[in-house]
Amino acid sequence: MRFLITTVVAYLVYLLLTIGSGTVFLWSTAELIIGAVFAVVVGALLRNRFIGKDLRMLNPRRWFTFLVYLFPFFFAMAKANIDVAYRVITGRINPAIVKINPKLKNDLSLTILANSITLTPGTLSVDVDQKTNELYVHWINIDPKVLKDMPRDYHPICDSFPDWARRIAE
Amino acid sequence: MDALNTVSYVFIGIGLFFNFIGAFGLHRFPDMYTRLHAATKCTTFGSIFLIMAVIVQSAGIWAIEGTLSQSVMCIHSVLALVALMVTNATGAHAIARAAHRSGEKPARAVVDDLESKAND
Repeated sequence: MRFLITTVVAYLVYLLLTIGSGTVFLWSTAELIIGAVFAVVVGALLRNRFIGKDLRMLNPRRWFTFLVYLFPFFFAMAKANIDVAYRVITGRINPAIVKINPKLKNDLSLTILANSITLTPGTLSVDVDQKTNELYVHWINIDPKVLKDMPRDYHPICDSFPDWARRIAE
Repeated sequence: MDALNTVSYVFIGIGLFFNFIGAFGLHRFPDMYTRLHAATKCTTFGSIFLIMAVIVQSAGIWAIEGTLSQSVMCIHSVLALVALMVTNATGAHAIARAAHRSGEKPARAVVDDLESKAND
């Protein structure tokens, strides 16, 4: 099963990279055959590395959720850039490093969240506590309300992104 | 073709603006972390628009004239875009973490929760 999935993914990537090489649909015969051979080799070598312990990312609903997620993400990213541009020009900053606990359970969802935090409004993920899955976030212009209580509220930092990450990868 | 060129020029304009802001921020901000903000967010966003201009051009020529070789440009640019978004954020995280571990303090910081965490 793992071998099959890895081979199919490798073959798809190869086909994607060689689109437009010939006349069988969009590919040349040579590319189709060579691609299949290499995909089988890659599948045989990497079947235990490419896929982890469980196969839950095979569910197409998760991929669909991921594609839907790109829209609010892109919007937040545009906002972040205008915000940073404003701070570059005016120089008004008030930075801090805060600890948040988004209550995510596995590595993939945490990776998605950390990357989203880095690319969205005024925040940059600095470090992660792998035992408790807590993130340390550098915040360029801190909201004083967050400083009052110790389990920091993550909503001003990343809004509903933890929920999206949970839906995609848990 | 004219509409295609116009869209490409607009994208290139936006991309150049944000890349410029990113480079400017690198000189203007006081410390490593705030500089990373400018360096990652603005350059990623700017480069996305620059790549989108390439995609619009090549996809347009591919669709209108049926030039098969343009499809290579189009699809490879899309892959470059995905790789850029993933690696830029990850790289920034790695740099920030290394900086904090080597004792670089955030300038003008209000709180630093990471201070108390022991390095494992």
